[in-house]
Amino acid sequence: MIFFLQMLINGIVVGSIYGLVALGFVLIYRASGALNLANGEFVIFGPYICLMLMTALKVPFLIALFITLLLSAILGLVVERLVVRPLQNAPVISVIMATIGLSSLLAGAVHMIWGHSTKTFPPVFPQTPVNIGGIVVTPVYLWSFIVVVVLLIIFSIFFKYSKIGLAIRAVADDQQAASSMGMSVKFVYAATWTIAAIVAAIGGVLIGNINGINPTMASIGLTVLPVVILGGLDSVLGAIIGGFAIGILQNMAGGYLDPLVGGGLKEVVPFIIVLLVLMLKPHGLFGSRGIERV
Amino acid sequence: MLRVNNLEVVYQKIILALRGITLDVPEGKIVALLGSNGAGKSTTLKAISGLLAGDGGQIIDGSIKFQAEKINGITPDGLVRKGIFLSMEGRRIFKGLTVEENLIAGAYTRKDRINIKGDINKIYEYFPKLKTLQNRKAGFLSGGEQQMLAIGRGLMAKPKLLLLDEPSLGIAPLLVKEIFQNIKRINEEEGMSILVVEQNANVALSIADYGYIMENGRVVMHGESARILADKEISEHYLGIGKEESGNNKIFRRRQRVIW
Repeated sequence: MIFFLQMLINGIVVGSIYGLVALGFVLIYRASGALNLANGEFVIFGPYICLMLMTALKVPFLIALFITLLLSAILGLVVERLVVRPLQNAPVISVIMATIGLSSLLAGAVHMIWGHSTKTFPPVFPQTPVNIGGIVVTPVYLWSFIVVVVLLIIFSIFFKYSKIGLAIRAVADDQQAASSMGMSVKFVYAATWTIAAIVAAIGGVLIGNINGINPTMASIGLTVLPVVILGGLDSVLGAIIGGFAIGILQNMAGGYLDPLVGGGLKEVVPFIIVLLVLMLKPHGLFGSRGIERV
Repeated sequence: MLRVNNLEVVYQKIILALRGITLDVPEGKIVALLGSNGAGKSTTLKAISGLLAGDGGQIIDGSIKFQAEKINGITPDGLVRKGIFLSMEGRRIFKGLTVEENLIAGAYTRKDRINIKGDINKIYEYFPKLKTLQNRKAGFLSGGEQQMLAIGRGLMAKPKLLLLDEPSLGIAPLLVKEIFQNIKRINEEEGMSILVVEQNANVALSIADYGYIMENGRVVMHGESARILADKEISEHYLGIGKEESGNNKIFRRRQRVIW
């Protein structure tokens, strides 16, 4: 039983980070209908900067985090301005192709600046494990869970009630009609890319604190694709719940099935789930079907 | 209030859609812009509201003046801020947003955010049907309800000039009458100038003060709406209003030909 709960907790924590990274996908998909395949590189960009500030310049963690988020926002803005905006009237597939190129470029830059070795964060969160009813959880796991839940609440409120949130949804719905309302499509795009980059950086810093960082971590961008597809590409709630679901299932498979088949299932399970979901619910668990009047 | 002078528009740099169109919308009046498919009516409205670029269109000659200020070249959101609002053809409501959110979206450029709640209630007064549907996703509304929402959304922007593109499209005749009566009421109560593009010439002229008739990207006829309606030749030739027999006769005469 303890083993089961331990797997569950691990799954929830990993899942919460999946959810966070998936959120970046969802935000950009909602606004522009494009997938940002450079999302994984967005994720590793943040922790590298944060780590550099903390080790080389001895900046305290919270300030380093703040500067990291600021720089990530600038990265998002620059990418939007240089890569996405010139393709504004181009087909969506062009934007997706451009993000593939962008991902190679950023990955190369990361290798060049910070090298290939794995770097570990200096301890930021308290190291003594917390004991919740017999299950041992490290504080960094607990913190990442809390951060994700708080972000989910903030985003739900932001999209539902704020003026910019409404504009983002309106632009996602019908771009030309939105600009006839006086909404600036350019501004909305810039805002979503900025937010997506910030979210990715937060996710990256959390992972960096758990596992350390190295350039191959960018593959998380691919790992969370099943999450997004499970939850529904355009649903914030779906991204979070999909993240938890994949995280838990992955850990369960790793814990119970891997010993039987000799390992490796952990990486495969998400994609098996995606196949099943696509067969049964092509729009994902929470994705909108799109209203079609006939 | 609005003066379009000798406007020429091309699409994709080769297709000449407007060939020098000139029209006037006086303050507080309803002006109807009529004509058959492809006459250039919607293009005119898009040119006025700055939305041509999205369709690959471009103004190559002429000018658009709004309150004596030249406005061609201003971005769409800038024009909404100046007080020109286009309610696009085919309603184009935000399907995934609720009715109320659609109305709030209409008020996007307004600075007086506190008055929005009251204005939403005013829209519900014009279109009581919308009140009962306020939390429904707009995509699930019927065509007529969506059109009411599209007009209501336009009113939320509090424009000085409201451009309506085919408010009767795909809507039952009875409902068309109701919607146009509401347009007239809005014009009278809010003093809003309205430029309405229509295929349904009869119903448009019944509320308009002045009418323009377009053909092949040109204005071929204009005058007081009562005069257009009264002039048999215009109504028959351009608008398809008029006695059935006269039309039938022509067809009959043309059919008298050699039979093999």
